[in-house]
Formats: sequence, C-alpha cells, structure tokens
Amino acid sequence: MTVLLSVLRRPAGAFGLIWIGLLAVAAIVSTFWTPFDPLRTDPGKAWLLPFTDGHVLGTDRIGHDQFSQLLVGARETMVVAVCAALVAAVVGLLLGLLAALGPGWVSGPAVGLIDVLIAFPTLLLAMVLAAVYGSSLGTVVVAIGTGFGVAVARVARAEIASVRGSDYVLAARVGGAGTARIIRRHVLPNIAPTLIVQLSLVMALAVLVEAALTYLGYGSSPSSPSWGGMLHEQQAHIAARPLLVIWPGLAVALTVLAFNLLGDALREATDPRLAR
Amino acid sequence: MLTASGLTRSFRLPRRSVFGPAAVRHAVRDVSLALAPGERLGVVGESGSGKSTLLRLLLALDRPDAGEVVFRGRPVRPGGGLGWFRREVQMVPQDPFGSLDPRMRVGDSVREPLECLAVPGDHTAKVAELLASVGLDADAASRYPHQFSGGQRQRIAIARALGPEPAVLLADEPFSALDVVVRAQVLALVQDLVDRLGLALVLVSHDIGVVQQLCDRVLVLKDGVAVEAGATADVLRAPEHPYTRALLDAVPRLPEV
Amino acid sequence: MTLLAVRDLTVGIGGAVLVDGVSFTLDPGERLGLIGESGSGKSLTALAVLGLLPAGATVTGSITLDGRELVGLGDRRLSALRGRKLAMVFQEPRTALNPLMRVGRQVAEPLHHHGLLTRRAARTRAVDLLADVGLPDPAHTARAYPHQLSGGQLQRVGIAAALACGPALLLADEPTTALDVTVQAEILALLDRLVDEHGTALVFITHDMAVLARVARRVLVLGKGKVLEEGELDSVLRAPGHEYTRTLLTAARAASFRREA
Repeated sequence: MTVLLSVLRRPAGAFGLIWIGLLAVAAIVSTFWTPFDPLRTDPGKAWLLPFTDGHVLGTDRIGHDQFSQLLVGARETMVVAVCAALVAAVVGLLLGLLAALGPGWVSGPAVGLIDVLIAFPTLLLAMVLAAVYGSSLGTVVVAIGTGFGVAVARVARAEIASVRGSDYVLAARVGGAGTARIIRRHVLPNIAPTLIVQLSLVMALAVLVEAALTYLGYGSSPSSPSWGGMLHEQQAHIAARPLLVIWPGLAVALTVLAFNLLGDALREATDPRLAR
Repeated sequence: MLTASGLTRSFRLPRRSVFGPAAVRHAVRDVSLALAPGERLGVVGESGSGKSTLLRLLLALDRPDAGEVVFRGRPVRPGGGLGWFRREVQMVPQDPFGSLDPRMRVGDSVREPLECLAVPGDHTAKVAELLASVGLDADAASRYPHQFSGGQRQRIAIARALGPEPAVLLADEPFSALDVVVRAQVLALVQDLVDRLGLALVLVSHDIGVVQQLCDRVLVLKDGVAVEAGATADVLRAPEHPYTRALLDAVPRLPEV
Repeated sequence: MTLLAVRDLTVGIGGAVLVDGVSFTLDPGERLGLIGESGSGKSLTALAVLGLLPAGATVTGSITLDGRELVGLGDRRLSALRGRKLAMVFQEPRTALNPLMRVGRQVAEPLHHHGLLTRRAARTRAVDLLADVGLPDPAHTARAYPHQLSGGQLQRVGIAAALACGPALLLADEPTTALDVTVQAEILALLDRLVDEHGTALVFITHDMAVLARVARRVLVLGKGKVLEEGELDSVLRAPGHEYTRTLLTAARAASFRREA
C-alpha cells in the first residue's frame, strides 16, 4: 500500500499507474459491455467521424465502432503483457540463478544457452513458433516471454554475481545462512529493483511485439479485435483517414510509455535508501 | 582451541597468451597457527600478503589446497553442517559500508545468525540487548544501514558477530575504513568486549598500532608466508626478520613533544 | 611575498554550508597540512582552490594565487593555470589515471598541452620525470598501462604528472590513504624530497596527524567547515588550543604504535 502511494506521489509514476489501471478496467469491462458490438458491421455507418451517432472515436470502412474495438483490444494487450512478463520473470530468474550460482557444470551451459538465445531475434522466434504451432495468444506469450526472458537472465546473472560477491553475503554465510536463505533474503531483495525495471521493459516490448505480430498476420485470430489488428486493417486508408491509424497507434505508444514510467517509479519506491 | 596446520591456497591467474603456461599465485603457503582460549593473535601484513585468504580459510569459507583447520579437536571443512563451528567462531568484516545488506533492517541483519544457528532464547530481546551492548539505541533495529555512520555500522557488525556468543572472533581490518576519532572509539569497544567476554581474537590488520594494543601474539605474513611469529612485545621490540623491521620503520608516528 | 591567499572562503552545496569562512595564506615553498575528519571541508577547500567544485556549488570569498583572483575566473582561464601553476595529487591513484592511456603519455600530456614542449620533447621529459619519482626502468614503465602497475607505482606516476610543469603549488588530498604502510612511507619521503628540490609549496590534506607530521610544518585544523586552530606543527602538538584538536591527538596517540613498548 505504501509503495502504491509512493508511486502515485511521483508524477511519472502516477501517469503510468493510472493509465495501466484504466486499461485494466477497460479490459475487464469490455468482457461484458462495450458501447457497440465491436464486430458488428454496418455499411450505412461507414467512415463516421468522431462524436457522430454515439461513436466516440468514429467508425471504419465497414462500420466497426473504433472505441469498442480499442476497449476489447486492451484485453489482449494486457493479457499478453502480463503473461509475457511472468514467463520472462521465471525464465530470467531461473537461468540467471543457475548461471550465477550453479556449480561449474551447470553455470557454463546456462551462460552458453543465454548467449545463443540472445542472438535469436524475438520477433523471428515468435514467427517460427506461430508457423509451427499455429498463431494463438499462447504462442505469442511464450515467444515473447522466452525471447525477452533471456535478456532478463543476462542482466540478472550479472546482478546476482555482484550480490554473491558482496561482504554482506559473506557475513550471512558466517552467520550460518544456507544457499536457499541467501537467495531468498539477500539476493532476491537486492536484484528486485533491476528486475522490476527489466520486467516493465518486457511488458512495454511485449505490447509492441504483440502489435507487430498481429499487424504482420501472425497474431491471435483476426476475429478478436486487437490494436495490432486495427493498425493492420486501417493502414491501407492511412492517407484518407489518418485518425483511424492514430487511435490504436496512440494506445500502443502511451501503454509502452506507461509501463516504462511505472517500472522506474516502482524501483525508486521500493528502495529504502530513497524512501521519504 | 583453533589450530591451522600447513594451510596452502593458490589461485590460477589468467593466461597471458593462449599458449602460455597458466600462472599460479600462492596466496598462502604453509601457514600454521594455534589459538588458545582467550588468546589474541594479530596477523600483520600488507596487501597481497595473503592475510585475507588466510582468514577465509580459517572461517571455512574457502577450501585449502593443503593443510587443515581444526577446532576443539574436530576438523573444519567448507560445506554444510558447520553450525557447531559457526556458533563458536564469528567474524567482523572489514568494510562497514558493504557488510550490511542495504535492503534489510539492521535488526534483521543482527537476528539472522540467531535464527540460522538456532540460538536459544527470545531473539527480539536478544537483538535489543546486543545493540545496547555496542552502544546503540534500541530503535536502531528498525532502521536501514544507510541511516548510520561508518562507526555505527561497524558497531552493528560487531553486535551481529556477538549474537551466537562465540568463543573466537575473527576480524578483518575492522578499523581501517574509519576516521581516527571513530577508530579510537570502536577500538576501545572491541577491547572492552573481548576483555569482558573472554573472547579469543584473530585480528588481521596492517595497522601495527592496533595490533600492539589488542594482541598478545603476532604473526607477520609476507607473500603468503609467515616470516615471523612471537609475543607482540618481543616482536615489536626486537624484530628478527628484515621485513618486520621495514614494516615497523614505515609506521608514521606522532613526534614526541 | 604570499603565494596563495584564501580569505573567508565559503562553499555551499544545495543549501548546506560545507566550508564556512576559511582563511589561510601560504608562502612560496611552504608546507601546510589541512587536517580534519570526513565532512570537515578539507577536500572541498582544495577543490575550491583548483576551481574543481561540483556543479551547483556556490563559492564566496577570495582565493588569490600570485595576487591573481581565482574565484569567479572562467573555466578556460582556470584550466590554463591547472597543471601549470597549481597541480593536484589524488587519493585513489587507480581512478585518477586514465586506464586506457599509457602512463608516459599521461605525464607528457600537460607539458605539451600547455605549450611548454613539443610532443616529442614532452615524451622524453616524461621518462626523466618517471625516473625522478623513483620508478625502475622508466623508459619501459612509460609504455605501461595503469593496470600493469601497483598502487604505489601509480601514485608515483600521479606525482610525476602533477609536478611535470613545475607548478608553484601542489595540493595532495590523502595521497597515501589507499596505500600500504611501507609504500606510504616511501611516497611521503618522495613528496618531501621533490617538494624541497622544486621549491614547490604544498598543501597536504589528511585525517592522520602522524602522516601530516612527516611532510608539513604548519597545520590548519578543520572541523565542520571552520578553521578551529592554526599554528606551527610543534606548538599544536605540544599545546593544542582547541578541544577538537585535543580529541584528534588523543585518538591518534591511542591507536598509534609506540616503539618503546
């Protein structure tokens, strides 16, 4: 609770938290209510400008209500961002811990695995997975999660190694603490700030990559509206109706920014040295 | 009580070239020592003399290439199951800024060895008592390390080491990072505690003044080898090894007035 | 003739006054020790003289070198003086030298930079300077990178670089704190000799009275940014006038090694 208050006290943190909060609410509300059916087509109401006939953000070529589509799209965005971050956290921590603390025969291969996987572009990994297993939300999440999880692992490994070499871990060992306790009480709290920033970055990148994948046609099924899908559909008409591209584009940009700012604010809010 | 015999530890240095031979540096070579209950031993040497490596070996934080550490007749080897040894042998680390976890409240740091070593009694009361014994207020327990000065942090580290009521304290340059006035205060505290609790002490230091004040016996290390050992008063009055003489001559002294 | 005159120097950073009305003078070739604990303002005083205070620091008062006012002087004018008229030896020789530059070049740099010598002549002079600070095989050492030298050797390089242009004033900020005792003794002896030979005035900053006694003749005791006491070293040691000086001396005596023991 105090952490949330502390985040809200920072302007950048407040923006990030409020925007992500609004998205979460939109994602939940959209499951049972949207102003219009997002999939309903109505040729009679095509190309409507914002604020006409109750369409807050207007409609597209075949009469899709843009605001409703954005709300439903938030659902997919949030699910992908949160799940990808969870996968990345598990992959990153596990690989990072093995690479930094494992015995030689474990840490060597772990480091090698990180180096190899990091050379593999995440977008390409996602496309390969989608081509093999079919495009679904699950493949997108797994691809983004492992792709960025490896990057998290590399940062985590360096941080864990520096904590392991610290005098306070030495003191804890002399105090009788075992490896499990050292990881739980000393390593995790001290790498948490770095991890938070990394994971907020993963969330931001996940939003981008998800939009890119859907835009390229490798995302979830086209029947469920998503921001990437909206961009994909409207790109042909960008010259005639630029507003239709701006709405989903702005949503992606603001969400990416919000995740980054929230991550920074969380890092500061959880550091006792910066506490007010 | 605590004996070490023939301790040797070397480290492989990075190769100078792909085909070059792997260089080996002997950090500690064939060092033996024996510590009786309540005895205070000073280990004197400069950087690179192997004194910190020796301390790590004595604490079973590192495995010697050869030699053995024995405590009360039982061999001490790195690895698990050392609780009995840790309860008896504790450490005061060098750097008061690095030896406390910055994200842990001071009370939790002091409490950690009590929990890990299953020290009987009420731990909260014990933490307050320990902090009081090193001259800190009870509310120190709920604060974080960055809120304390270097001298206060060193007091906290000492409190943590005293928690399991050890018989031996190993200290690695515990005063070197402190200003003169604070150093004198912490030195007086350690002297008082060691006297009162009858602790045996191994003090690793490059500061001969500190060793002279705290230790009965002294061991001089140079390049990982013990070049001289004996009663502090004897060694300081009539050093036998040229290195010891050079070391003593180098110590800056206040002019007598 | 006064070389350096500091009058009523006050340095503030972020609202806190860290140096508070410090005044002292220094004649050519004189050696002054500034002593105090961390937070006493001793390092900031030296940085103020060099014009190297951190951004955002406010300075009032006056600092004159050879009668020339330094406070408020532009950075270009100051850097023309730094290295040439006044120079500094730092506490951490490892961080004070550029890790990617051969040490010979780091000593030659100021000579060439200030237009005193051509690049080639500066390089030759650098080798002489390295020999002068007692480094073995100076021609070979000049080609070494900092990580290839020990802490004591690096501090010798730092001293050679500081003295390269024959400055009138040398400031040394705890130059031996990071070194071993035997190396400290060598470096102090070296400073003592070089300052004598070159007739350089010295401001030596330390928290250790015993170290100060080896190189300085006069002492200025600083506490919380103020000058607490000033006088000849002998008289301060014999009859310290300020309570804080007495504490400092008692503490130094308590922890210092006594030969007759």
